[in-house]
Amino acid sequence: MQWHSLDMFLAMGGYGIYVWPSFGVTALCLIWEVLALRFRRAAALRLIAHRSVEEGLRP
Amino acid sequence: MSAERINWFRWSSPQAFYPLAGKLVPWFAVMALISMAVGLYEGFFVAPTDFQQGQSYRIIFVHVPAAWMSMFLYVVMAAWAGIGLGLNARPSFMMAQAIAPTGAMFTFLALWTGAFWGKPTWGTWWVWDARLTSELILFFQYLGFILLHESIEDLRRADRASALLALVGVVNVPIIYFSVQWWNTLHQGASVSMTAAPKMATTMLAALGFMALGFWLYSLAVTLTRMRCLILERERGSAWVQYAKVL
Repeated sequence: MQWHSLDMFLAMGGYGIYVWPSFGVTALCLIWEVLALRFRRAAALRLIAHRSVEEGLRP
Repeated sequence: MSAERINWFRWSSPQAFYPLAGKLVPWFAVMALISMAVGLYEGFFVAPTDFQQGQSYRIIFVHVPAAWMSMFLYVVMAAWAGIGLGLNARPSFMMAQAIAPTGAMFTFLALWTGAFWGKPTWGTWWVWDARLTSELILFFQYLGFILLHESIEDLRRADRASALLALVGVVNVPIIYFSVQWWNTLHQGASVSMTAAPKMATTMLAALGFMALGFWLYSLAVTLTRMRCLILERERGSAWVQYAKVL
């Protein structure tokens, strides 16, 4: 273990301003993609539900 | 030929593929999370400090897996595009469509994390060297693929035109990969290769491996989810989709 405190960990030996934006933006992108797909799926299902109500397809 | 042989073509019908993908996605997602958690732990708490670069080298644990995925996903996307063109198979085109945004995202991340690694190690965010430039071109290839598909109204024509673009663009992947050997680049050569012993500590290599595996599993989960969305959007006229919510 090379970190003796949280501050040391966050400082990353003076490279914190480079390390954390790299990992942070990566995390944000992955989370954003997962959320965007959830919304996309919900929207597609809503559209299908609408259609089936309109056409009286719903069993 | 026995009748028990699995008929793989069965899964090429959207109706059969949709619930199968739905069953697989949670497994891939959970394994991706575990793999990334192990990779991050190894990368930040087990792997030692680099004696030349200090702590800035830890960016490698996102940069290299993202760059690998950016190239790998392009090849897989182009392969599906090729199969689509060869067999005139709609689901193959849809697989290519499902992969593109994730590929574009990993290409962006490779460039982004590369900039944040380049600044402390080279003193610059960006140089127009062969590796960086060809990777930037890959990013535009993904965008071009997506935009071309969006811009053509007729789905069949959109599928074929964008598939052709993806297929032609695959030449850039070996250019990216070998750019550090073919040209004199500021970007360093490969740290991990099939032919030579790795140039880094085993713990670093393990962290890199777990992160790469995590990104790979993540890509599987996300592209299968997007494929399910594409199926819902394209098949909304068919009867089985009415029950899609529970599949």
